[in-house]
Amino acid sequence: MRTGTLKQILLITDGCSNQGEDPASIARIIAEQGITVNVIGILEETQTEESQGLNEVEEIASNGQGVSQIVYKQALSQTVQAVTKQAMNETLQGVVNKELQQILGNTRSMDELPPEQRGEVMEVVDELGETCDLEVLVLVDTSASMTNKLPTVQEALIDLSISMNARIGRSRFSIYQFPGRRKPIHQLVDWTSKLESISSIFAKISTGGVTPTGPALKEAMHQFGKKSLKRRLFHNEYTDVEEA
Amino acid sequence: MNTQMLKKPDISFYKGQIITGKWHKKTYHVVRKLGSGAIGTVYLCVCNNVQVALKVSKQSHSITSEVNVLKVLKKVQGHRLGPSLIDVDDYVHRNGYVYSFYVMEYISGEPLSQFVNRHGEEWLYSLLVGFLKDLQALHNEGYIFGDLKMENLIVSRKPARLRWVDVGGTTLVGRSIKEYTEFYDRAYWQAGTRKADPGYDLFALAMVVLRIYYPQGFERGNNPKKTLMQKTSMAIKHTGIRQLINKMLNGEMIEADIVKNELIYYTMKQNRSRTQQVNTKQHTRHDSVVYPMMEVLSILSISGLCYLYVAIFM
Ligand SMILES: Nc1ncnc2c1ncn2[C@@H]1O[C@H](COP(=O)(O)OP(=O)(O)O)[C@@H](O)[C@H]1O
Repeated sequence: MRTGTLKQILLITDGCSNQGEDPASIARIIAEQGITVNVIGILEETQTEESQGLNEVEEIASNGQGVSQIVYKQALSQTVQAVTKQAMNETLQGVVNKELQQILGNTRSMDELPPEQRGEVMEVVDELGETCDLEVLVLVDTSASMTNKLPTVQEALIDLSISMNARIGRSRFSIYQFPGRRKPIHQLVDWTSKLESISSIFAKISTGGVTPTGPALKEAMHQFGKKSLKRRLFHNEYTDVEEA
Repeated sequence: MNTQMLKKPDISFYKGQIITGKWHKKTYHVVRKLGSGAIGTVYLCVCNNVQVALKVSKQSHSITSEVNVLKVLKKVQGHRLGPSLIDVDDYVHRNGYVYSFYVMEYISGEPLSQFVNRHGEEWLYSLLVGFLKDLQALHNEGYIFGDLKMENLIVSRKPARLRWVDVGGTTLVGRSIKEYTEFYDRAYWQAGTRKADPGYDLFALAMVVLRIYYPQGFERGNNPKKTLMQKTSMAIKHTGIRQLINKMLNGEMIEADIVKNELIYYTMKQNRSRTQQVNTKQHTRHDSVVYPMMEVLSILSISGLCYLYVAIFM
């Protein structure tokens, strides 16, 4: 079974958007392009999970066909990799369910099979999760309140690359911050398979007051688009990624 | 699909509730909750007068994954790797959602840390010998335990035996570790990758040993490897065992059998040296009585010599 490359945007934020388009509706459009939008909301020590301000997190992820999680910064590393893996798993289950529907007729998904038969289907999902290629565009909110959390974010991203590189399939990452100086987003790390070597990427960021999450997501989607366009133009160098 | 996943509520059973499976129609009486973790909740239940453990979760695919592993473990003959699998079914809740569950052997016993505290450190190592044998059998099947940690280790009795209860992290060799806990994770300590190989389990096992000495755990620090070395040398007095633990942490140990053999060697030696130790203790007690007298004598004799020296040569 071919799955091509799984594409995800991972949004890491600690508050509500306050500028530009509604991020949830942008996420909906991104999901239509086959890109999953996952969101991690970081809580302050003083906040509880029911706090206002992070309501948006679940809304964006559900529209983006992705996974969301709200955590304190201590738990960020484990959460980042768990969310990424869970989203991969769900996407792949979606793919497998579609295949099953073709074989078994409509309205059949894995969960409706008798338990005895689920095992084999799960093995297929596991296998795909291990071998498929993955691209994650990480979008980090660097508004003022995030400043003290950025070292932890970086650590979590390095940890994500360690987890994903343990797979058989290829993984690539790029990191953007928002808002950028004059643009909605600003590139910090171009597509790379290893984040272990990056050193204090968030060091020289001047953090501002606005959180334009919607425009940032829109721009992130365009970055994914540009990449495949570039790939088409320089077909030879990139064939391995697209066809793998 | 994902939106649905998010909205599906968590599930909990109450004491005395009767659970009937949708497919196999077996019934289970809930006795009490045993514990809950990242994936689901485990309940002690009774079915046909037999105590069993039932694990239920809203993530049906995780249940299916764990069932797959339990089926593999079943194939390993002569070894009691994890609990044995009894039933797999679905529970249809009144809210209309379907929750997958599986039923396994109930492993009664006490947590490893508690057992070692009550019975002494020597038990830790003799339990580990048996456990390493089981671990080797699992590795021979091409699987890595993955999420090896204190909470998942139970000492069952008659005979005392270290068993593991959570198979959620079990991963095929060569794949990426499915589930891990930071304190026991090789990559977290910058001591290797998160790819499943026997060394991954042996690292985690060494961390389990350290956790006995440091029940609250400890921070990674700026130099994680150095932290591990320091903590090991502060906790483990026996040189041979300390070196063995260090080798497990460094990635020099890649086979459970070899660790087991070294452990047998050192624990046997330790018993011998312990009898010696007891003897030396008696000696020192003896010495301490004799010692002040010797001291006085030697001071007297040195001053006496000096006196003689001065008297004769000056
Ligand atoms: N077969 C069993 N027999 C006895 N106790 C069990 C058994 N399975 C699980 N438990 C208890 O339930 C707790 C939680 O189960 P676990 O499988 O670890 O959940 P999770 O995978 O969600 O973390 C365990 O720590 C253990 O104490």
